[in-house]
Amino acid sequence: MNQMKMEHVPGKSKGKVTLFALSTCGWCAKTKALLKELGVDHYYIFVDLLPPEDLENAIKEVEKFNPHGSFPTLVINDGTRVIIGFKEHEIREALG
Amino acid sequence: MNPVPPSDDEVEAYYKKLDREAEEGGYHLNPDREFTKNLVRGLLVNEKRFGYPSCPCRISWGNREEDRDIICPCDYRDPDLDQYNACFCALYVSDEVLKKKVTVSSIPERRPPRSERKAHAQPEPGPEKGQQLPFPVWRCRVCGYLCARATPPLVCPVCKATKDRFERFM
Repeated sequence: MNQMKMEHVPGKSKGKVTLFALSTCGWCAKTKALLKELGVDHYYIFVDLLPPEDLENAIKEVEKFNPHGSFPTLVINDGTRVIIGFKEHEIREALG
Repeated sequence: MNPVPPSDDEVEAYYKKLDREAEEGGYHLNPDREFTKNLVRGLLVNEKRFGYPSCPCRISWGNREEDRDIICPCDYRDPDLDQYNACFCALYVSDEVLKKKVTVSSIPERRPPRSERKAHAQPEPGPEKGQQLPFPVWRCRVCGYLCARATPPLVCPVCKATKDRFERFM
């Protein structure tokens, strides 16, 4: 996991918040914008922009929290809570 | 992979093409133009990356065989339109959304997880099938269009899916 380059967005600490996203996906963009709006300290990664050799590891990481390996997958505190898809209400409730 | 980003003109032209084709086939693009154009941009990015417009909201492996079910329009669009009024990306939406009777939201992934997925084979006439039929019957995996002819059409006349999205039906 550490070898994967995550972008860090500084903000209010609500625990460790990691967003697995695709750069081309509409719901991922909305999730990313919501995290920014909430001003939550978080990390994100655009999995589709990874070099092909890193893709397998990244997908395996997502599948650990979300067997479908779908995007966006939002992981809070190493999987204490996982929010799959752009669930605005759930995200606000967990991190707002 | 980081391809050259598509220009605004390319996005506009592709958007218009998809919109026209959708309406001709009885489908609708999401009326939220900004949201929709971003997805169209994503389709163009994937077209440049992989040579086919795979779903912008799913990860692609750059292998047409593995990604065939998620080339837009994907195999899951029509069941998702029926059940959720939108496809997984919300690029395509139902009549009800257009009439503002329902709103779209992020929906569950219908595509099976990797562990349960088998790349579906190229359409091939099965020797045991259709022996009594004058022609084999081909089914479009995207929209269900059926046709009886020696080989599937190059492009589905209803949903514009390509020939390799057809399977032998009878």
